[in-house]
Amino acid sequence: MADISMKNLVKQFDGFKAVDDISLDIADGEFMILVGPSGCGKSTLLRMIVGLEDITSGELMIDGERVNERAPRDRNLAMVFQNYALYPHLTVYENIAFPLRLAKRPDEEVDERVRHAADVLELNEQLDRKPATLSGGQRQRVAMGRAIVREASAFLFDEPLSNLDAKLRAQMRTEISRLQKRLGVTTVYVTHDQVEAMTLGDRVAVMRRGVLQQVATPRELYESPVNLFVAGFIGSPSMNFIPANVTDEGLQTPFGTVQLPDDRMGDMNGHEFVVIGARPEHFEDAEVVDDALRDHGTTFDVTVDVLEWLGSEQFAYVPYEAPDEVAAHLDELAKELEAEELHTQLIVSLDVTSRLAEGETATLWLDLRKVQLFDPKTGDNLTLAGDRHRAPEPRGTNGG
Amino acid sequence: MAAERSNPKQTALWWIAGALIVLYALFPVAWIVSLSLRSPSDIAQNRFLPGGVTWANYENILVGGAQDLFLSALRNSIGIVLIATLIAVVLSTFAAYAIARLDFPGKRIILTTALAVAIFPVISIVTPLFNLWRTIGLYDTWPGLIIPYLSLTVPISIWTMSAFFRQIPWDLELAAQVDGATTWQAFRKVIVPLAAPGVFTTAILAFFIAWNDFVYGISLTASEAARPVPAALAFFTGASQFEMPTGPIAAAAVIVTIPVVVLVLVFQRRIVSGLTQGAVKG
Repeated sequence: MADISMKNLVKQFDGFKAVDDISLDIADGEFMILVGPSGCGKSTLLRMIVGLEDITSGELMIDGERVNERAPRDRNLAMVFQNYALYPHLTVYENIAFPLRLAKRPDEEVDERVRHAADVLELNEQLDRKPATLSGGQRQRVAMGRAIVREASAFLFDEPLSNLDAKLRAQMRTEISRLQKRLGVTTVYVTHDQVEAMTLGDRVAVMRRGVLQQVATPRELYESPVNLFVAGFIGSPSMNFIPANVTDEGLQTPFGTVQLPDDRMGDMNGHEFVVIGARPEHFEDAEVVDDALRDHGTTFDVTVDVLEWLGSEQFAYVPYEAPDEVAAHLDELAKELEAEELHTQLIVSLDVTSRLAEGETATLWLDLRKVQLFDPKTGDNLTLAGDRHRAPEPRGTNGG
Repeated sequence: MAAERSNPKQTALWWIAGALIVLYALFPVAWIVSLSLRSPSDIAQNRFLPGGVTWANYENILVGGAQDLFLSALRNSIGIVLIATLIAVVLSTFAAYAIARLDFPGKRIILTTALAVAIFPVISIVTPLFNLWRTIGLYDTWPGLIIPYLSLTVPISIWTMSAFFRQIPWDLELAAQVDGATTWQAFRKVIVPLAAPGVFTTAILAFFIAWNDFVYGISLTASEAARPVPAALAFFTGASQFEMPTGPIAAAAVIVTIPVVVLVLVFQRRIVSGLTQGAVKG
């Protein structure tokens, strides 16, 4: 059990900063997720914590002790690799016992602890088998067994579920979550899968190009993203970004001029042009909106291009025209988020009772109380900045 | 594969082709065995099968007149080649590990030099080596052959071993280090067991190369002190000046082939591919 503290960590590869000035405190017993698109430096950061990558500058403390110079074996951390890294020449039993054997523990203790770990992970039947004969999920569990058998200070996971099929992934996700809660061990978990990020983590650290964007609880990330990147990265389907010109009458969008409630507006000084961020579920078919809610939003007419009915929900795709400059910016953002939707369109979630049809004109309603405003140049969340401005106490979105 | 097996016509063709290749490859061996079992007069007959089986040639080299020449040569060959193989495997294991895993200046130079040495014609350095060995007293000694044999075996061993090491997922070693192993422990407990098939393959290759050498064997030795079998065969004499020692040479050839065959059969099980299967996502 230990807390991990990073102060201004930097990792430089030949002039390119893979990890750029990251400061992050992970509390004892906390489940911290590092998330971001590929190449954002999250795996590098994890390897720096475990000691497989040297730290270019900055300080890494585990339990208050500086560990920058310590070899991996002296940091007492357990790691589960993306490809599991099981020892193919050893049985499952010996794979799990490996760290204990290295520590030269007595045989009885090794046996007791291996059997206990096997119990926890339901590997009792497989103890005498070699890794080659195991299924993906079993290999995954052996890798976890090797981690939990040692009473390590912290667990580090490097995309542990990315090699499993979808069904098994969901199952193992629950298992990891249960295990972590049961053992109460500090955990750092790297993933690019936002479902894992949102469901597993106590807190989630979003990274982009080696820079920490936001550290917050999953709920805060979803509801109050600090910038366009986080807003676009978290949530699936991702947040809609609607370009708008700032005028005296309100915000001029491709869907008409809207007037946002005061608490959604930030400091508009010097901004001629903003991006309105609206999650798919903030839209609704105007015909099914509750009358009590109707006044909180705005309605506009669009042509529905594609409808996806999924039973419990349905999505409508609504293309629109955007100024070239904005379109280019949104394209760039989409590329970085590894998103497919490269053209300007709204993805809106509709009530399943809605009877809209493809190709027809429909009236959509947008809940203006929930939208966010972003500065398209810096990407900053203007609504959040406005919040901070109004409230004397800043919100703890940047905790750590 | 499944489709090939299900088609009887194709299966038959495979069998015929296989049989032809085996026949082609084994014919010289059969010829030598046949020669070794004949009497000198029978050898002169132009036919494949011996007129009558005789063990005289084997008696001659093992307990008879050629005994001294052959048995000492056999002892030299086995000793020199085993030592050379052992040193080559140990050296190349470490060298190949460094080449496959570490990033250091001059890595490419080592590999290209190794390749250059491996393809360098042996005959061209024999004469200088002969003079050098005579000057420093290595001529006609075991080390005098072991050292040139290393120059033949180490480069090829480095190449094969580094190919094997590259196949071993590096994550295994990192995992071992995180699990608490030192670099040496990770190497010994994880990498070496996984590289074992590579080590055996390399050892067999190195053994063959040194075992089959003739040029160094004949040029750098002068007596029974160090002369290996391939060179000793050239010194066999017939019963008289006018008789070729074909029979004894054939018998000796059969005997020196035996260790090679035994070696392959013994280590065949160890040269299994796919030992690293299951280490990482497969």
